[in-house]
Amino acid sequence: MPVASPVALKTLTVALIGNPNTGKSTLFNGLTGGNARIGNFPGVTVEKKVGRFLHAGHEIRLIDLPGTYSLSPRSADEMVSVDVLLGRQKDVGRPDVVVCIVDAANLERNLYLFSQLRDLQIPLVLVLNMWDSTRQAGVQIDVDRLQSRLGVMAVPTTAQKLIGLEDLRNTILRAAEQGPPAVHRPLPPEFYTQCDQLRAWLEDRMPAPVPVFLCERMLLDVHGAAEHAVPASVAPELASRLTTARESLAQQGVRIPLAETKSRYAWIRQQLDGIVTHTRPLEELTWSDRVDRYLTHKVVGIVFFVVLMFLIFQAIYTWAGPAMELVEAGQGFISGLVESALPAGAFRSLLVDGVIAGVGSVVIFLPQIVLLFAFIAILEDCGYMARAAFLMDKLMLQVGLNGKAFLPLMSSFACAIPGIMATRVIESRRDRMVTILIAPLMSCSARLPVYLLLVGAFVPAVTWFGGLIGLQGLVLFLMQSLGALVAIPIAWLLKKFVFHGEPTPFVMELPNYKWPSPRIVLSRILERSGAFLKEAGTLIFLVTVLIWAAGYFPGDHSGEQQIGEQIAQIEAEPETEATLAQLEILQERQNEISASLIQTSYLGQAGKLIEPAVRPLGWDWRIGIGAIASFPAREVIIATLGTIFSLGGDISDDVTGLQGALQTATWPDGRPLFTLPVALSVMVFFALCAQCGATLMVMGRETHHWRWPVITFVYMTALAYLGSLAIYQVGTALGW
Amino acid sequence: MSSSVTLADLRQIGQKATVLSVEGDDAVAVRLMEMGVFDGTEVSVVGFAPLGDPIEFSIRGYRLSLRKSEARRVLIAPLS
Repeated sequence: MPVASPVALKTLTVALIGNPNTGKSTLFNGLTGGNARIGNFPGVTVEKKVGRFLHAGHEIRLIDLPGTYSLSPRSADEMVSVDVLLGRQKDVGRPDVVVCIVDAANLERNLYLFSQLRDLQIPLVLVLNMWDSTRQAGVQIDVDRLQSRLGVMAVPTTAQKLIGLEDLRNTILRAAEQGPPAVHRPLPPEFYTQCDQLRAWLEDRMPAPVPVFLCERMLLDVHGAAEHAVPASVAPELASRLTTARESLAQQGVRIPLAETKSRYAWIRQQLDGIVTHTRPLEELTWSDRVDRYLTHKVVGIVFFVVLMFLIFQAIYTWAGPAMELVEAGQGFISGLVESALPAGAFRSLLVDGVIAGVGSVVIFLPQIVLLFAFIAILEDCGYMARAAFLMDKLMLQVGLNGKAFLPLMSSFACAIPGIMATRVIESRRDRMVTILIAPLMSCSARLPVYLLLVGAFVPAVTWFGGLIGLQGLVLFLMQSLGALVAIPIAWLLKKFVFHGEPTPFVMELPNYKWPSPRIVLSRILERSGAFLKEAGTLIFLVTVLIWAAGYFPGDHSGEQQIGEQIAQIEAEPETEATLAQLEILQERQNEISASLIQTSYLGQAGKLIEPAVRPLGWDWRIGIGAIASFPAREVIIATLGTIFSLGGDISDDVTGLQGALQTATWPDGRPLFTLPVALSVMVFFALCAQCGATLMVMGRETHHWRWPVITFVYMTALAYLGSLAIYQVGTALGW
Repeated sequence: MSSSVTLADLRQIGQKATVLSVEGDDAVAVRLMEMGVFDGTEVSVVGFAPLGDPIEFSIRGYRLSLRKSEARRVLIAPLS
């Protein structure tokens, strides 16, 4: 290997891999200082995270591979790691060194993945992480003897405290110089004979040789993804060739897949013999076990879980409130600055009602998202997340999902965006996709204002049982639950027809409890919130500007502007009864003008155009355009209804005024527009419709395909329309 | 198969058993084996979820949660 010159940096590609719960992301952040480019591998839903750091004249590109218990790929997603390790993944290049991180306290199971990596014939480094807590737990590991037995260098680290990282950096460079470790063949010799035959057979048919490791995987993984690594056109009879090979192996006493696990665990036992000593007996209950006794207890565990969820939920609603008001106030402040700096006109309106409102509608979610991610990061890092999944699994299984889907779905009651992002903990791709697709049905906090407005205005304030139960509260509760109830059959249908296949195992490790690390929690919050701002921000912003333009053009806004100037003039004068009366008249005229402007705008024209379509729901064109304008962000409905029903733009502090305006609104023939069935129809529409551009954007990012947000949008809009239609027609027929 | 007792039949916290075999060669069976569950492995019950399912086991020094439907795939010989 040439000696690196002091000026020119030599680049090394290093792949980082390990079991879940080994502190892999912590190590990644520790090595790279948290600077990473996050994208995705083409064609699959696997996140690609590449970081860089400099060390001793080398630039090291660190690729973070997904946490896994083994390299036995069963899907295209799982195949990505194998492709990266074999240098078949063109966008990252062949790794010079592979770093395998393990939980030192749990070497036996962790070394299973290591033993597979050992077969790859790539320079390999073993990281014995959580060294501190391992020592404290009374586990002694003779690192020197372990290194010589395994044939690779091993480095003890405590990534959480950044201990051992310098040693690891040096070891990576040394491993790259040393080259691959000696050949490793832990399986019975009969297997390798079969494997060589398969390879020769493939070589006759393939222009390029197939890596040894892939041939091994083809034989070992029944219906695995390795079978598809060779184009079917080249070797169409591969599947039957593999079956024959496995049958012949079985006759020789090598049963697949049992043979691999048995051989590897036997090899591991052999390597660890006499190297790991426990100063405390293994059977002793750890403090983690004792905590678990309570936290997974039939009564105590459930009470704790419910209280915890309630607290998180409350916190998201109440703690985020002031911050959200701050965002709103900031938005108002900036709008005010722009308004005072620029003359009235299309450009100012674009800035204030389009750009600033658009950015605001994205940033407004940030407080809830940050809070929720903080809770999730803490629960994940301390080990409770796995217990929550353990507690909820049976319940979620009834809907065809698994326990890990509970928290993302519950989070979606606050906001679907962090809910969807939280589905990353679900390993099963199909379960994760179903969870993502039903998350927007959960009644998020942005729907609440619509319910409050309409329930207050149109649901009679009847109470029963001495005021204990009221009809208004009941309707509100039903509206809040509607989405979740509808989600049950939707999840079932998705599972049955779209994401079908063999049941995915819910074999889950329950990691030991530990104190959450502030550094990890903080970096997760930053990473996820940043991703949200970047991904959701750009497109939702464009859509908001488009809707603004549709509502602004082609009207002549000069009349409205003149009155606006007059109002500003009068407001600047000292306040008297005469000026107040004048103000009122002017404001009324301004409202009338803006209402007629929106009526003649493209948006209004569109509303008129679709009126026949929304008539069966009991709506007129005004409700129609309110619903259309709310597609980028449903909370816009309040402001839009305010504008359309002649209340002026700013009615956020005047909901009762809007309620009054809605109560007196009529059809052209004088019949009241809003009846109870109409109000219910509007609420059902908002409960079921995908009126949130940000959610759809995040969904596109998380699923790595535009197809899923489109499908979600279509199915939810269809559901919303049908639901509204049903409630209005039934309600009217029953004479509500 | 002579024995028909499985991991799903263990009822007592702290009960121990030795694995005799894992049935099948599908994803569930492979995952169980990769996690270290195969003939000869010692397993003990750590706890049950509130509805009795899934079950938490202690194996090879770590804690593993299995659904009953998965635990039923693991034939065992109860100890003591």
